[in-house]
Amino acid sequence: MKLITAIIKPYKLDDVREALTDINVSGMTVTEVKGYGRQKGHTELYRGAEYVVEFLPKVKLEIAVTEEQLEASLNAIEKAAKTGKIGDGKIFVTSIEQAVRIRTGEQGADVL
Amino acid sequence: MKQTIFALFFLFLPSLVFADELNAANTSWILTSTALVLFMTLPGLALFYGGLVRTRNVLSILMQCFAIAGIASILWLVVGYSIAFSEGNAYFGGLSKVLFAGIQEDTLSGDIPESLFALFQMTFAVITPALIIGGFAERIKFSAVLLFSSIWLLVVYAPITHWVWGGGWLQEMGLLDFAGGTVVHITAGTAALVAAMVLGPRKGFGAKPIMPHNMTMTIMGAGMLWVGWFGFNGGSALAANGDAAMAMLVTHISAAAGAMTWMFYEWIKFGKPSALGAVTGLIAGLGTITPASGFVGPGGALLIGILASIVCFNAVIIIKQKLKIDDSLDVFPVHGVGGILGTMLAGVFASTQLGVFSGQGFSLETITSIPQQLGVQAIGVISTLLYTAVATYIILKIVQMMVGLRVSEDEESQGLDIVDHEERGYDML
Repeated sequence: MKLITAIIKPYKLDDVREALTDINVSGMTVTEVKGYGRQKGHTELYRGAEYVVEFLPKVKLEIAVTEEQLEASLNAIEKAAKTGKIGDGKIFVTSIEQAVRIRTGEQGADVL
Repeated sequence: MKQTIFALFFLFLPSLVFADELNAANTSWILTSTALVLFMTLPGLALFYGGLVRTRNVLSILMQCFAIAGIASILWLVVGYSIAFSEGNAYFGGLSKVLFAGIQEDTLSGDIPESLFALFQMTFAVITPALIIGGFAERIKFSAVLLFSSIWLLVVYAPITHWVWGGGWLQEMGLLDFAGGTVVHITAGTAALVAAMVLGPRKGFGAKPIMPHNMTMTIMGAGMLWVGWFGFNGGSALAANGDAAMAMLVTHISAAAGAMTWMFYEWIKFGKPSALGAVTGLIAGLGTITPASGFVGPGGALLIGILASIVCFNAVIIIKQKLKIDDSLDVFPVHGVGGILGTMLAGVFASTQLGVFSGQGFSLETITSIPQQLGVQAIGVISTLLYTAVATYIILKIVQMMVGLRVSEDEESQGLDIVDHEERGYDML
């Protein structure tokens, strides 16, 4: 079992959700976050003073997938979230040690 | 037919003969205006200011507005109204109207109930100290706000009201201040500036802009202020007549001109028109027309609104960026400078000799030219500004000795809502 953590541009959320649904990946958790990487933010004006907004709004997705779904999921997310412009985000993959379905108590990869 | 007219004449005779009869139309309008002006503070100004501060301080602003409304109202009842509007000398009223002594249901002030006149004036006495909070926002102790506002109301606001509207020396001199260019805007603006300087800047000021946390709240408040100002200026006619209508009209024209001028100015100068800019221009236009609203015409109001934004726009930049004074919510550049500009322009556009930009005439028979009226206006501006500045400084120092002024650096970082009120403005999730 793998946990995909993807940081994407907020307005790309619907595209990514659709792409994952298309390949039968059926769940995700979404958090609104702020962050920056090499995109150093953008400038805004306040009372005539220009300043750099360092932290930009992003959306963090956490998706638990099986080993078999991993490659397709990564491709789907990458393709759907991409704009080609700086600030598109990143995807991280970590291993899940255990998973439990709360309603039934099931454990393991069947839960995903 | 003739008999009917004859009979009707006798019916109306009493109100023709006895000038000080209650005029129901005027009373209705001022009853309404009173509500509109209170609405300007609660929640108009509260929301306008509230949105401009950081999330952690939103309640402190709302609380300060509500608390000042409460305390100023009571102080006005107890002695403020008396200082402002009872007979005294040229500088200070007496104590004859303490606790509104002698004011009964049928007591009149002109042709409206005196209780109403006192209440209408109370709403002005509430909003003026509330305006000041923009100068010390996000770093002042709540106890200091209460103490300062209370003393300031009685030592600065009430006496100056007496000078300008209560039969005092500026009124005698013929100062044109219809609804509070000097009494409200110059005093509040100057006090905010002095307070900003005495308290010092917020932590982090200058390094990065300290951004509004909720512009939607601010825009809502701005809308309420625009509408409420119809009562502020329109009601200052103390009558439901052409004066009130013209005052309302010129107020609206200046508001619209102010908002659009700032918007276009910002668009041209910085590349994009901002919502904050538009509403700041709105307030600049409204504040600047305030002293002139009973004396100028629509053409004059248009020019006043445009000039208000051009001048106040630059004042904001000078105060915040060049002088680096953290008048956090721009009270002096908008209300102070606007009040000064408006009071002076009242002296110009009151003239009946300006073609389509003419007004309703100068204040006294003895004043016959613009320079002459301007001289009186200047005395009004300078005297109210200087008195306010000095008195505010002294009051702040006294309050500092009694309870302190600023919260500690750590408390400021935590935010006043938690530190002063043990509350959170938002409890999301």
